Amino acid sequence: MTAAKTLFQKVWEQHVVVPESDDTPAVLYIDLHLIHEVTTPQAFTLLRQQGLPVRRPDLTLATMDHSTPTTPVSSFKDLAVVGEGAAQQITQMEKNCADFGIDLHGFDSEHRGIVHVIGPELGATQPGKTIVCGDSHTSTHGAFGALAFGIGTTEVGHVLATQCLLQRKPTTLEVRVDGQLPAGVTAKDLILAIVGKIGVDGGTGCVIEYRGDAISAMSMDARMTVCNMSIEGGARAGMIGPDDTTFAYLEGRPAAPQGADFEAAAARWRALATDDGARFDQSVSIAADGLQPMITFGTNPGMVVGINDPVPADTGDTSFRKALDYMQVAAGKPLTDTPVDVVFVGSCTNSRLSDLTQAANVVRGRKVADGVRMLVVPGSQAIKKAAEAQGLDQVFIAAGAEWRESGCSMCIGMNGDTVASGQLSVSTSNRNFEGRQGIGARTVLASPITAAAAAINGRIADPRPYL
Amino acid sequence: MNPVKTIVSRSVILATKDVDTDQIIPARFLTTTSREGLGEHAFADLRDDDFPLTQPGAAGCEILVAGNNFGCGSSREHAPWALLDFGIRAVISTEIADIFRSNALKNGLVPVVVDARTHEYLLANPGIELTIDVAAATVTLPDGKTVEFAIDRFARYCLVEGIDQLGYLRNQLDHIEQFERDRPWTPG
Repeated sequence: MTAAKTLFQKVWEQHVVVPESDDTPAVLYIDLHLIHEVTTPQAFTLLRQQGLPVRRPDLTLATMDHSTPTTPVSSFKDLAVVGEGAAQQITQMEKNCADFGIDLHGFDSEHRGIVHVIGPELGATQPGKTIVCGDSHTSTHGAFGALAFGIGTTEVGHVLATQCLLQRKPTTLEVRVDGQLPAGVTAKDLILAIVGKIGVDGGTGCVIEYRGDAISAMSMDARMTVCNMSIEGGARAGMIGPDDTTFAYLEGRPAAPQGADFEAAAARWRALATDDGARFDQSVSIAADGLQPMITFGTNPGMVVGINDPVPADTGDTSFRKALDYMQVAAGKPLTDTPVDVVFVGSCTNSRLSDLTQAANVVRGRKVADGVRMLVVPGSQAIKKAAEAQGLDQVFIAAGAEWRESGCSMCIGMNGDTVASGQLSVSTSNRNFEGRQGIGARTVLASPITAAAAAINGRIADPRPYL
Repeated sequence: MNPVKTIVSRSVILATKDVDTDQIIPARFLTTTSREGLGEHAFADLRDDDFPLTQPGAAGCEILVAGNNFGCGSSREHAPWALLDFGIRAVISTEIADIFRSNALKNGLVPVVVDARTHEYLLANPGIELTIDVAAATVTLPDGKTVEFAIDRFARYCLVEGIDQLGYLRNQLDHIEQFERDRPWTPG
């Protein structure tokens, strides 16, 4: 009898080209390399300097999202909105992909969008693959049972040149979520609660596997939201065992196996699930039933509270006090009724069709409060089109929100979409770091429905009365 | 990469916990296609009058003693590029985030994880001269006391010898081609 293995162990073992030893890390094969304009130019420069080709352009998927404007681009002059550096980065990406034979989903592609949205959407993200990208939210793809993690630009160069990485095997952390999420409590609230529980460094050195009834019951969109924020708990990767929900999502997508090949792949994928009795290095559990909508109050994603709960008491810790000062938040008091300036619905965490639908259901027939700017940014051009086919754009526009082209937008504030200094933003993105959405911007992370409720109310509010 | 064997320098302290890569180099400075010149933007939004790294006494300090979980957040390699360009050659903390640590090692910035007691001592004594011996994986304090730190053997070898990891990987190409031929399924 072979030893029981976890999902991670199986995927890892299937990709070891050269095993690790005390002296050397493993050579790990990469099945899918996602690239975008911000973390690749220096890697292409290195290839040019060394006269190296891209070894597997067929396993490389390219798009533009980070420094890309969310206003329509029909010619080069439309890039002025993002500034000279970003515009140059975008044109350099076009040149790099053309020179090295990589298909780029650029401005003329109906598949362009946030890199972590389009990989799954195209069916390129599949169970059992190893997937990397010069972006820490690559953990998103783990929702399909892939081993997916963010890498730096030097490593981007390694994968472009060899299709492999040098890696030490990480440890495993089981995050068990049993029970059922109550109405109005979403995948975003769950992952905020998990990061709050384990802390922003709780997963350092680990690959997380999310398991339990509440995870099994989730849609793929919801699973992606959970895995996306694994890195906010310090874990480079988060995974979920592939099941019928996964297969139903993938079947028929252009880059997924087709027909009989799909059946064969699904049989292989099914065998990846963690075996009964497999051991994790660490384990934590959280009950879904007791959860409420969650928001952040500080300057990292581990500083979270229930929507109606008070911010924790001041312990005298200087980092804690510094965070509260920056946020202009009082210890011991709830954040509800705090005035809001900006609401952002978007990012690789919460920009999929179901996220936009949930936000639209709160906004429908209501008006964004006076003085509040609400920006809705679909995760991809395909999602934009699907949302427009359902009239969601009109729901947002009628309420007074802005409806944009796809991109990272206000999540990262390097593409023309920013929050002004001192303004408070309720954002469906993944990071509330100081200055993340703009210099001096104050960010409160929340689910799409909590964000939408804040837009309507003009103040932070429990979203459940709006459902 | 140039070999990194020994770093002898006074320390500078940034005691805040969980300093993320957006603090180290804000995203608005990532609109570059080069890895040069990022030092002038390192910690751009933290540089008030009291910021430790820009005090006159901090000039020339190559060793940063940072709060727990330094470098959390994004995968941007611009963070170690900015620190190196600023003049920092080693970061000492009780914990250093995974992707930042990996990126630092690829560029010759030495991540040094020490025990909580040593960390407390270092935080309480800014400006003391420290010697980091990479080959021995030790930090020597002014009183001659030596503290060991954990560092992956391969990473240490690459630092000390100035090994280019891409060159090492390219030497594995026969194995990589064999793997591609032998695997039971192909990614598509």
